[in-house]
Amino acid sequence: MQQRPTLTEIEINRDLLRPTLDTPMWFYGLMAFLSIFAAAAIGAFAWAINHGTGVYGLNRPVMWGFLLVNFVFWVGISHAGVMLSAILRLANAEWRRPATRAAEVLTVFALGTAAMHPLFHLGRPWRLYWSMPPGYDFGRGIWPDIRSPFVWDPTAISTYLTSTALFVGLLLIPDLAVLRDHSSGMRQRMYSAMSLGWRGNTRQWKLQIIAGFLLSALILPVFVSVHSIVSWDFAVQIAVEGWNATIFAPYFVIGAVHSGVAGVISILALLRWMFKWENYIRDDHFDALARLMIVVAVAWFYFFIIEFMMGFYPNEEPELSLRNLQLTQWPFNAAFIVFALTSFFIPVPLWLFRKVRRNVALMFWTCVLVNIGMWLERFLIIIPSLMRKQVLTFNWGSYNPSPIELILVGGSFAMVFLGVLTFVKFFPIIPLADAKEGEIMATEIRVGKVMVPAAYREE
Amino acid sequence: MAVEHVERKWGMAVDADKCTGCQACVVSCQAENNIPLNESDHFLQRRAIQWIRIERYWEGEFPEVKARFVPMLCQHCENAPCEPVCPVFATYHNNEGLNVQVYNRCIGTRFCANNDPWNVRFFNFWEPVWPETLRNQLNSDVTVRSRGIMEKCSFCVQRIRRTIREVTREGREVVDGDVTPACVQSCPTNALVFGDLNDSDSEVDKLRKGGRQYRILDHLGTEPSVYYLSKVDPHAVTEEAHA
Repeated sequence: MQQRPTLTEIEINRDLLRPTLDTPMWFYGLMAFLSIFAAAAIGAFAWAINHGTGVYGLNRPVMWGFLLVNFVFWVGISHAGVMLSAILRLANAEWRRPATRAAEVLTVFALGTAAMHPLFHLGRPWRLYWSMPPGYDFGRGIWPDIRSPFVWDPTAISTYLTSTALFVGLLLIPDLAVLRDHSSGMRQRMYSAMSLGWRGNTRQWKLQIIAGFLLSALILPVFVSVHSIVSWDFAVQIAVEGWNATIFAPYFVIGAVHSGVAGVISILALLRWMFKWENYIRDDHFDALARLMIVVAVAWFYFFIIEFMMGFYPNEEPELSLRNLQLTQWPFNAAFIVFALTSFFIPVPLWLFRKVRRNVALMFWTCVLVNIGMWLERFLIIIPSLMRKQVLTFNWGSYNPSPIELILVGGSFAMVFLGVLTFVKFFPIIPLADAKEGEIMATEIRVGKVMVPAAYREE
Repeated sequence: MAVEHVERKWGMAVDADKCTGCQACVVSCQAENNIPLNESDHFLQRRAIQWIRIERYWEGEFPEVKARFVPMLCQHCENAPCEPVCPVFATYHNNEGLNVQVYNRCIGTRFCANNDPWNVRFFNFWEPVWPETLRNQLNSDVTVRSRGIMEKCSFCVQRIRRTIREVTREGREVVDGDVTPACVQSCPTNALVFGDLNDSDSEVDKLRKGGRQYRILDHLGTEPSVYYLSKVDPHAVTEEAHA
């Protein structure tokens, strides 16, 4: 049963600006709680700078550990933003409206947090700028080697981060103008500067919509390239048999969309509970997102099966020992079972039921499960492959994460949530203009004996 | 900067038949190249730095067990997989066939260590320390590496440079046997032979064409400059030839 309450513009403004204009007290408590973890992560990084990379559990041959796993995880989460926002905008999908900005904001903060991980992970983090696009130290003759994926990586990520931030900012302008008109003093000056003189006239709307479409179309290739390049960090390595696979780029991209859309659904459920936005983030939206998830999950699972089974085909010792490690040896066998259940076998059959798709709590928890599974997937790709690089058994090793790495991984989650909450405090996380447009477009059509909610489409 | 064209390509032959696993090469390398002391916990953490190490493999079933020793050092590959992955050119190939590491450039991504099939690249997880009594033992020709950077076998590039300098002063060309890395010098059974692979008169070039030669992980196509000579053992399992 689809329900669709009619909302006036005043109601929309009041409801959606609530976290910004009259922030509840618990919000600050939550921020303080998350800040403790974020501060702990910064402290852990300071500790690592002070004492050396030895504080991590890394060793030979496992030179990349939890920090790289977490890096890939957050880059993956960041893929939801463009997937939902740009593709659905171009496809003119009506149900995208409340989800787009949450997805973009999650992209910005997940990507920003991901970009910090190479810094945590470097042996000499103060030299990171030698491999970053704006920081090449040409003056000292330090040229980047453009054959290295670690040069492609910062280039792709900084492009993606810049374009997504631009995208968020552009689509925010009309809402900033509403905030300007609803605030006073310092805040009003801030919002009026940021709304760039928005008056809401026809020409401005036209330009804003065209710019939105153009940016959507331009970001799409970046979105595909970013996670392809992250996968090439691994796939180019001939020395690590488990990584050296051509399927990695599409496999990682679809995996990123899988975890990213799940991340957005979790965030939307949290927002709906925190700010009582039942009228905006409706059951219909969860239903539509869950249908998308089924498609994405099945596509991802196909790639997973191909990648996993192809390892057996050459019948080579390193690949077989890697599969043996992943499937039969503690703790990887447990991680593998949890990964298979949480990322596919529990959520996807559940989503096939309409009742589950329209149950916010169930959707939230299944999507959290997906992300647990996808974190473990990256773990199972990265760590065991390094433990079994080649046939030379003398060099097979193991890896235990150190407490410092665990704090950094935990802190990264706090940082992302803190970022999203800070955004919620200052800007509307559900686009006001989109919500109002949705109200205007909404109509009802008669199908047989019943009236069905529908929307006008502009062609 | 113009690079001088040199017709040299340093390489090594490792005779697995002669290696007794005595580890003299490991110790002499340690002393020559200012490698910090590997204490037991370094080994337990799998963070010991040994530019050359003796890999020991057991062969056969009890009681017919044989220990096989494989001295393992940087293979100085022609198509080194560790080189293109470094974002800052901290490792590159020089004009004498050496895979060299520029410590000051390294930022510690550890990408090269991952893309090194032989695991012969080492990361300085901590600032290296020596006991006070060993301070004067440090080799003044070799940089002491700080923490956070990679290091690896250099074929004792400091000895190569010194020999070339001395030989030039004497007014002659470098001939086979002039340059000896520390490991080669200390090997009691002459299992290690070092020389110029482009010099057809050199011992190493003869050994690598002698019929017993193989290269470890040759199928990866990296063209290693270190050739191994298979064991001459009537009881040896033939698999070793393509190990």
